[in-house]
Amino acid sequence: MAGPMKVDVDLPPLSVEQKARLKQLEEELRCLVCQNQNLADSNAELASDLRNIVHRMVAEGRGDQAIKDYLVERYGDFVLYDPPVQSNTWLLWGGPFAMLALGAGIWATIQRRQRLGNRPDGPPVDDAARARARALLDEPDTGGGSGRPR
Amino acid sequence: MRALKTLIPLLLFVVIAVFLYRGLSKDPRLIPSPLIDKPAPTFSLPRLDNGEPWSPQAMAGKVWLLNVWGSWCAACVVEHPLISELARDGRLPVVGLAWKDRPQASRAWLERHGNPYEVVISDLPGSVAIDFGVYGAPESFLIDKRGQIRYKQVGPFDQAAIDDTLLPLVQRLRAE
Repeated sequence: MAGPMKVDVDLPPLSVEQKARLKQLEEELRCLVCQNQNLADSNAELASDLRNIVHRMVAEGRGDQAIKDYLVERYGDFVLYDPPVQSNTWLLWGGPFAMLALGAGIWATIQRRQRLGNRPDGPPVDDAARARARALLDEPDTGGGSGRPR
Repeated sequence: MRALKTLIPLLLFVVIAVFLYRGLSKDPRLIPSPLIDKPAPTFSLPRLDNGEPWSPQAMAGKVWLLNVWGSWCAACVVEHPLISELARDGRLPVVGLAWKDRPQASRAWLERHGNPYEVVISDLPGSVAIDFGVYGAPESFLIDKRGQIRYKQVGPFDQAAIDDTLLPLVQRLRAE
């Protein structure tokens, strides 16, 4: 079974800048049949038709936005590789930043906890207390059953 | 606070599970059409039988189905008996749009599989199909009395889609 019919079309010639714009647009637009390819990479019949339409619109001097609007009107935001920020895409755009903020928050909390943990608890140590501690440490071991054998 | 901390992994798990589960039930090939509830594109295309121009104004005041197919399309053969049944007893007028298909190939296909269509139009360059946002065949558009697209079927209809979705909607649109 053959695929859809190929139709030969005459396309208007493009200037160098127009060619660059066409290339740029084709890379930003998504092929609908083969979803993970852009229009420039795709060789599906529909992609070639859409490419021809974009080619003509570029030759007519239509702006990038007008060309994208034309395709979005028919195929929806799906054709754009760079989805617009709007109510149904805020999670897509905001999600990574929310995760980043969450991670930063957790990191900061852990850092703070560690700093608190390293500080000794209890009342501040003054010179008198220090002297008492030294005396206790220097005191010969006299009492109790335990201890080193003499 | 401690209880909350032990709950964090569980919460994370639930969030990820919900997203993954939704991903399971969604078909990535189904692209929502921006044309639903908008006026169907106007066009004029040659009829397959006599080459006379045909435009959708001919169906004004009716609820009808535009079925995009091609003789090169394998799934269209599968869908065709259902479309034929829909059209046969006059439950729903169906207009066929032969998409990027040589007229002689379309005619041969209809001869072989039967022609249930009210009229078949030929869109050889595929430009009208692009206006309708078609990205594969078959695709069908239910159009109301005022010429607005109310439902789009991507891929072949099955009996359930016809009985549970299409026909109830047709009833409702006829009553509008």
